[in-house]
Amino acid sequence: MRAEFFIKSFCRIENGQVMFNGNTIFTTESEIFSNFSKETYRHFEISYPKFFKMDNLSKLAFLAAEIILKNENLDADKNNIALVFSNRASSLDTDRKHQKSIENSGSIFPSPAVFVYTLPNICLGEISIRHRLYSENSFFIFEKFNAEHLQLYAHNLLRTKKAEKVLCGWVEFDGDDYKAFLYLVEKNAEIPHTVQKIESLYYNE
Amino acid sequence: MRFFLTHNKIISSLGFDSKAVVDAISNGNSGLKIFHNPELLPSPFCASIISSEKIKSEFNKISKAENFKKLEQLLILSLAKVITASKIELGEKVGLIISTTKGNIDVLENNRHFPKERAYLSELGKTIKNFFGFKNEAIILSNACVSGVLAISVAKKFISEKKYDHVFITSGDLVSKFVLSGFQSFQALSPNPCRPYDKNRTGINLGEVSASVLVTSSESLSAGVQEILPSESVEILGDSTCNDANHISGPSRTGEGLYRSVKLAMKEAKIEASQLDYISAHGTATDYNDEMEAIAFNRLGIQNVPLNSLKGYFGHTLGASGLVETIIGMHSLERNTLFASKGFDELGVSEKINVISENIEKPLSIFLKTASGFGGCNTAAIFKKVEK
Amino acid sequence: MSDLKQELKAKIIEQLNLEDVTISEIDDNDSLFGDGLGLDSIDALELIVMLDKDYGIRLSDPKEGKKIFESVQVMADYIEANRTK
Repeated sequence: MRAEFFIKSFCRIENGQVMFNGNTIFTTESEIFSNFSKETYRHFEISYPKFFKMDNLSKLAFLAAEIILKNENLDADKNNIALVFSNRASSLDTDRKHQKSIENSGSIFPSPAVFVYTLPNICLGEISIRHRLYSENSFFIFEKFNAEHLQLYAHNLLRTKKAEKVLCGWVEFDGDDYKAFLYLVEKNAEIPHTVQKIESLYYNE
Repeated sequence: MRFFLTHNKIISSLGFDSKAVVDAISNGNSGLKIFHNPELLPSPFCASIISSEKIKSEFNKISKAENFKKLEQLLILSLAKVITASKIELGEKVGLIISTTKGNIDVLENNRHFPKERAYLSELGKTIKNFFGFKNEAIILSNACVSGVLAISVAKKFISEKKYDHVFITSGDLVSKFVLSGFQSFQALSPNPCRPYDKNRTGINLGEVSASVLVTSSESLSAGVQEILPSESVEILGDSTCNDANHISGPSRTGEGLYRSVKLAMKEAKIEASQLDYISAHGTATDYNDEMEAIAFNRLGIQNVPLNSLKGYFGHTLGASGLVETIIGMHSLERNTLFASKGFDELGVSEKINVISENIEKPLSIFLKTASGFGGCNTAAIFKKVEK
Repeated sequence: MSDLKQELKAKIIEQLNLEDVTISEIDDNDSLFGDGLGLDSIDALELIVMLDKDYGIRLSDPKEGKKIFESVQVMADYIEANRTK
């Protein structure tokens, strides 16, 4: 079956490395994500002070989306790009921080700036604000990367014209492990938007 | 292809099935109470909480409660009823969606005897899947306070793409120390029963419910899999989700995302504002949320459509709220009754909206459900009574 | 008093994650919200928690924060007058 929609570009961030369309475009020795994310931010000359207020999951998702969307010459106001993200650990990295702050039995002082990130879809909000996307956002949790469900969901959004493009993928932050894999699906591009192809890009085959 | 919401079940402090909960609402009863429980929050708080003992005794009728967390028991109990009533066999073409924001987050607390791995939402998915023997992995949707309505839209998409013939949705969140303390840090909790859209509103109450529903389609129905639909069934006419692109916690001052999502849902439903009989709005009773909704509804020209918030009956039930409120809406249509927006007395938003102040009986056919949440997300869906 | 102001500036930078802002860049009378440091509603909530945690001041109405957080100077004056720790 011929694909109706195509993958225009894809980005992968893991192990201190940023890859775009299969090519390594930035790499550092930093083993700690906080250093790596800051270095990546500086390397790509991003100017967005709010970045430093984000939690780890949002920083990771934000950077991967930045790499893909900065090549898209977006309009200031009319970008119908849906966001369909997934992961395994939801927002657990930040959930653990919030939990720590409320463990005392006496006075507790939870931080609102931490609590707000105890939802995985906040990273979709951050990307929507940054790129002025007034479009659909959905965040799914799966045991492992589920290419079939992402493919069907994106296909439906495009087929029913609810979105012009869909930025899909996986953003996981758990303990010291992190991985982002995002890809942009639209009408005019080269790589077929099939489950098989998505899987091979995800597993870097 | 046409899509339907059919069999349903609600478990809340107001009752243990949809009918009991709707009866309670119809009688103006609220499940909100003031609690003094320092283990949950140092200061007194108002919430709707389901008795753990009562759930356990219900659950022990179908399995062993000690092996399951409270939320799991709730989800299983509500879903079991829907699966049985539907008479659908759980084959390859039957999907499962779980809508929750925090799942079993309370296992992160130190004194819990369940392993911390249970905090992973995918573990919750496995528990529910295995209990019933679903053939497919659970799809877990965690999209803040719009999750419950968005889950309906997600089910519709997967049925539309022929992945599934039928999708069971179950939803739930607990009133935990985790969420109470967080909303407290946002200065968002009201110490008294909440008063959506009222001049004297002072914030939200949290609540816990479990709500489950079956989503199916005209094609699956004509295949004869389905028994006769329950009389509260509705057709999904249209739905949309839009982001405010404005702020991660504060709603847009112009109601941009809500405005856009309702507009697109109405476009898909091919209906005019004048055809809406009722709006089941989000109405959390915070200053900013209620004000934002009033602005969006006025921009849409639907400010005269009778509207309520159901938060005064069972609080803000987070990942379940959109679904439980949709189910109440289904029953509202079936009973041809608009339910009073509990806690409302005097309009306290800057633009006029038509808040239902007492129960009204009148013929009803189409309603709009809306929800808005952290992350700037907004979802709208339009439902129509299935005429016999 | 000037120690308190220095302390507040350091805390604001640290707790609100103001990357690339130094203590010397914040003037005592700079407005913290809007065009000044560009803080937002979550930052305001975070400052309310700081008042409670570090200085034992509990605001009964979060709207009071608007006046108190006008500038470092106003904040320091308020804390001096109301602190319980």
